[in-house]
Amino acid sequence: MRSRARFHFWRFVGLGLAIAAMAATALRFGGSLGASTNLSDQFPWGLWIGFDVLCGVGLAAGGFTLAATVHIFHLKRFEPIVRPAILTAFLGYVLVCMALMFDLGRPWNIWHPLIMWNPHSVMFEVGWCVTLYTTVLALEFLPLVLERFRLERARLMLRRIMIPIVILGVILSTLHQSSLGTLFLIMPQKMNALWYTPLLPILFYISAIATGLAMTIFESWHSARAFARQLEFPLVQKLSRVLAVIIAVYLAMRFMDLSGRHAWGMMDQPGTERWLFGVEIVLMAVPMLLLFRERTRNSPQAIYLCSVMYLLGFVTNRLNVGITAMERASGVQYIPKWSEVAVTLGLVAAGFAIFRVAAQYLPVFEDDVPPAAPAAWEAEASGAYSVPAGE
Amino acid sequence: MAMAILYDSTICIGCRQCEEACAAGKHIAYNDKIAAEERLSERKLTTIRTYGERFSRKLCMHCQEPSCASVCPVGALEKTKLGPVVYHEDRCMGCRYCMVACPFQVPVYEWHSRIPRMRKCDLCVDKLSQGGMTRCSEVCPVNATITGERGAMIAEARKRLAEKPTGYYPEIYGVNEAGGTSVFILSAVPFNQIGYNTQIPKSSMPQLTWAVLQHIPQVVVVGTVLMGGIYWITSRREDVAHEEGRR
Repeated sequence: MRSRARFHFWRFVGLGLAIAAMAATALRFGGSLGASTNLSDQFPWGLWIGFDVLCGVGLAAGGFTLAATVHIFHLKRFEPIVRPAILTAFLGYVLVCMALMFDLGRPWNIWHPLIMWNPHSVMFEVGWCVTLYTTVLALEFLPLVLERFRLERARLMLRRIMIPIVILGVILSTLHQSSLGTLFLIMPQKMNALWYTPLLPILFYISAIATGLAMTIFESWHSARAFARQLEFPLVQKLSRVLAVIIAVYLAMRFMDLSGRHAWGMMDQPGTERWLFGVEIVLMAVPMLLLFRERTRNSPQAIYLCSVMYLLGFVTNRLNVGITAMERASGVQYIPKWSEVAVTLGLVAAGFAIFRVAAQYLPVFEDDVPPAAPAAWEAEASGAYSVPAGE
Repeated sequence: MAMAILYDSTICIGCRQCEEACAAGKHIAYNDKIAAEERLSERKLTTIRTYGERFSRKLCMHCQEPSCASVCPVGALEKTKLGPVVYHEDRCMGCRYCMVACPFQVPVYEWHSRIPRMRKCDLCVDKLSQGGMTRCSEVCPVNATITGERGAMIAEARKRLAEKPTGYYPEIYGVNEAGGTSVFILSAVPFNQIGYNTQIPKSSMPQLTWAVLQHIPQVVVVGTVLMGGIYWITSRREDVAHEEGRR
């Protein structure tokens, strides 16, 4: 009964969101950017760039991280979670492209970078990489569709060229995940020193890898619950360990960089910046410290919560770079309009919904786990499942 | 020949005829209400700003190495040999990176249009290319804004500083800002007191991104070789293990 009530609740939330997102879409395309956003000449980039693009691309980083792990490094034991990661990445990039259609002033010209070149522009490079990588993801995702419809010959043909495709995908991801940080290098005087650093490209890249892993853990947990299936817990445990190490590397670089540039002084300046910086660092440091403890890594819930915490830290970081860091120099305060929020939440919800449908109808999860295997996360947490020792 | 303009704020009387001539040249409506808005917007591509008794003018600086032209993914912005940085509307896809990147915060947007454009001063390129001068220079009753060859404008500014050292703050805004511009400004007081940003780096801005972007070919080559190699080793190892396991 309770689960039924909950189902209805989410249905209402979804319906409300759909209506709001449609109204916002009408406002954007029936009207203009001015009518549908709180952007201004002083603050030309807002939530649609800060969240939908910067976070969206980062949250989809699990695709290249796991594809490389399994196909390049041959860590075959991670194979069961490659497909959900690739599905998430593919959906992520498609949603980023949709968000861009909202944000661009002239979305019908979105293809222009493909023929009108400016190799000195970071945005040009990002545009190309995202276009190519979305194609790569479509190809990496295609085997699921071919399997579903039993198109054996096409599947085998695709399989033969899969390794070059995966390598291409990793290169393209490396380039544009870091380039999203490079985007901000040209405005040193406009950004708060807590975030502006020549290391932005490298920091963006490392945090994207961590985000890819955290998202994979996040998905595994949710699909285990949604589909009442067994969970790849030993794999998740290993991922969580790597996650802790990568966050540690990231934070170490961050701190060394802040010290090297003598930027800690910014923490003495009054304003919201230092608090938002604190939130970002705490949301990354706490899960890292927790995940270094074996006790945390023995509890599925704890791992899940740590991943969510890190993901929130990641989102805070990207919003800080894209919005907080530039507010002071712009001289205005930017708070997104309801329609900006509605489109953003609508796209996130669409992502969840499409993932669910795809997972239901396509062979996303390998179900060759023997039925005697331990049950889902909850059972493991309650002690019904003893955690195997590491290899 | 590269053209430039020199604006001497110590002569400016704040009559706003430059604003009006600019609006007329760009077919933008202009009235007293718009005149009172002392900031750049789609209604106003240049503006006079009042600081007590003093006036200062804001317009596109036409950088020698413009950030906007460097960041534009479709090459919609172009630094011409003649000096002006011009906008090719038909290429633009509306990403507004030029607005974010401009160190002088000059480009503005037609936020309420369905086919929006970025707008900014184009140094009256239509007139300059005919050998004329900018509308703002033409109309200025006291010659506070003058047009001429870039080197000559710098020379003129230096001459004024030398002739009347007590009347001027001893610097020319625009010579070093962002690696040099095509608009030079003189002032009686430090520039930040009349609305000019003095925090702008004195070196070329596009170099900041190019320092990273130029390494892309290396990343691609090294990355491909590295991953191809790792793949070869790991799959070979797997094959060997497979063979040995069978025997």
